[in-house]
Amino acid sequence: MTTVIDVENVSKQFKIHHERSQSLKERLLHPKAGSTELFNALSDISFTVSSDETVGILGHNGSGKSTLLKCICGVLQPTSGQIRVRGNLAALLELGAGFQTELSGRDNVYLYGAMLGLSKRNVDAIFDDIVAFSEIEHFIDTQVKFYSSGMYVRLAFAVAVNVDPDILVVDEVLAVGDERFQAKCVDRIRTFQEEGRSILLVTHQADQVRALCDRAIVLDGGLMIANGPVQDSLRIFREHLLEDAVEHDRASHQAEVAIDSVTTPTGSFDVRSGAGLHFDVNISSHTAYSGNFVMELFTRGGLLVSRSDAQGAPVNLKPGANQVGVDLPQLPLLDGVYDVNVGIVDYHGTVIAWKEQAASIQVTYNGREGGIVELGASIQQR
Amino acid sequence: MSDAAPAKVERRSLEHAPVRVVSARATLPTRLRNLWSRHELLTSLIFSDIRIKYKNSTLGIFWSMLSPALTLGIYYLVFSVITKNGYPNFALYLFSGLVVWNMFVTAVNMATGVIVDRAALVKKLSFPREILALANVGASVVYFVIQLAVLCLFLVVLGHAPAWGLLWILPISFVALYLLTASVAIVMSAVTVYLRDMRHLMEVLLQLWFWLSPVVYSYQNTISQRLHDHGLTWVYFINPITPIIMTFQRIFYVKTTVISTNVPHPVVHILPTWSASSYASMNLTLLAITVVLFLVALSIFGRLEGNFESEL
Repeated sequence: MTTVIDVENVSKQFKIHHERSQSLKERLLHPKAGSTELFNALSDISFTVSSDETVGILGHNGSGKSTLLKCICGVLQPTSGQIRVRGNLAALLELGAGFQTELSGRDNVYLYGAMLGLSKRNVDAIFDDIVAFSEIEHFIDTQVKFYSSGMYVRLAFAVAVNVDPDILVVDEVLAVGDERFQAKCVDRIRTFQEEGRSILLVTHQADQVRALCDRAIVLDGGLMIANGPVQDSLRIFREHLLEDAVEHDRASHQAEVAIDSVTTPTGSFDVRSGAGLHFDVNISSHTAYSGNFVMELFTRGGLLVSRSDAQGAPVNLKPGANQVGVDLPQLPLLDGVYDVNVGIVDYHGTVIAWKEQAASIQVTYNGREGGIVELGASIQQR
Repeated sequence: MSDAAPAKVERRSLEHAPVRVVSARATLPTRLRNLWSRHELLTSLIFSDIRIKYKNSTLGIFWSMLSPALTLGIYYLVFSVITKNGYPNFALYLFSGLVVWNMFVTAVNMATGVIVDRAALVKKLSFPREILALANVGASVVYFVIQLAVLCLFLVVLGHAPAWGLLWILPISFVALYLLTASVAIVMSAVTVYLRDMRHLMEVLLQLWFWLSPVVYSYQNTISQRLHDHGLTWVYFINPITPIIMTFQRIFYVKTTVISTNVPHPVVHILPTWSASSYASMNLTLLAITVVLFLVALSIFGRLEGNFESEL
């Protein structure tokens, strides 16, 4: 295992201009006009990424995750600290950013390849793969300005993943294209993982991190607040997001709702496969509040087993202690530990209270089936 | 980092892979090394620039000849036909100087706004940004070569031999011209990010600069004596493009002293009667100066590029 990305005490400051003109006249007449403010986009970030590792970077808008990524890719220079990158890095910061709309798809593949550091001969070798992956064979000699946005993005993604990078950096680009193409992209990322390449994935979608990453880093306001296993980082991310949301919304509605604990009558979360489970969620609220209840069930591997729809489960909380009962009549699950996340969201879907890994259900199973779900399949020869 | 592994052989041998360091500021040698490592990108950009410019035109790159041809025609008409300066073969004199001036002015005009125009690229992809300005210089080198070819055709048609003995100075002069153009282009491309009206200012400045250079008039015949009397010759030669233009004129126009076509046919000292060795030393000195200029331009660019992100 080699360290491929070594981020060392990286800080980045931006100057924010308020009302300053970029014209020469304004500069000469009012040299000091407009105030400048220093903004810390990143503060003293340090972490490493090994080869063979997929790391997610989580954070909401403005948390500094894109700035960090741009520094790693070399688009931006950090104000202090340094980043060492070993091997080839291909970045998907914005798909098709390097495209010249007046040129044909073919010319753009060569130009974009050169942007990513490939020689003409290198691009020649992978050109057919690129075109095949992008599925735009018929339009490869058409000017890119006539492409649909989907074609544009597919071609850009195809170039980036076919350049044989040691490190792939992906910034929320998986949200583009139709569902089938998205699945293809995820497939390609999994292939990369199997081939032992490093991937850095920036997103604010927790599900994507859970599905793809080995480790997650959480940024908030330019600070790194978590760097560890996906489960732990996600918990911190959700809870942090929540604190912010509560701070913002405190003025509008005085809802201070907290999920205290999850308990079962017996005190045990061990259950036999196929049996039922009942648990109670203890919620304390300062005011009366009406919202929706959400429950998620995950495997330890990060696979979502089930999410109970918020719309179907309204709860009316009264001031003080409340209890919500969750009844799972039968759990057709196989051997393993399943984590339960519970939360309250308002009718717009904003999270009001959330508890990640509120409980862990231990399922025991004695049969011969493997996987997650017990289908009870019977196999007979006819 | 530019040398991508061509085939998927022996992945995971990253222990010996090159390490790229991103830190607050790159040193000048690092900048030069990064630039050199991306020369393939430069070539790519030069030709895509040219292709985009003439993409939808039937005559294509021949348009790049039209504007210089028109300029040449107008100056010829005004100075030779209307005001009768009396210089024989004036078109050739004009052309020799214009070739140099056109290369400089085309590149600088294009590069002045290039970082601003390509903001999307600058903000999303990692490459040495000065390559954008250098690509413009590269494209103007291509136009320069085409114009030089036409100039040679001119010589053949007119049966006018160049100064063979001085021809070896031409490459030195050209490299100096390239470095000078690149330096101005690189600095202007970065400055425009901070001062957007540099584009308009540059148009005016380049006009002034043109008339300060001996393209349409003869330095030797018109102002050299007066400058000399006031001890101001050095001021005129601060303009680094002047020696280059004079070298090109000396090589392609050849004659230093000609007989005027105006009656009563007086003798005209059209070019300085310097020896070959003084032309050589002038150009070598200029080359040394432009190398320094180029390095200075790169470090100025390096200082300015840090804040591109917040200005674009």
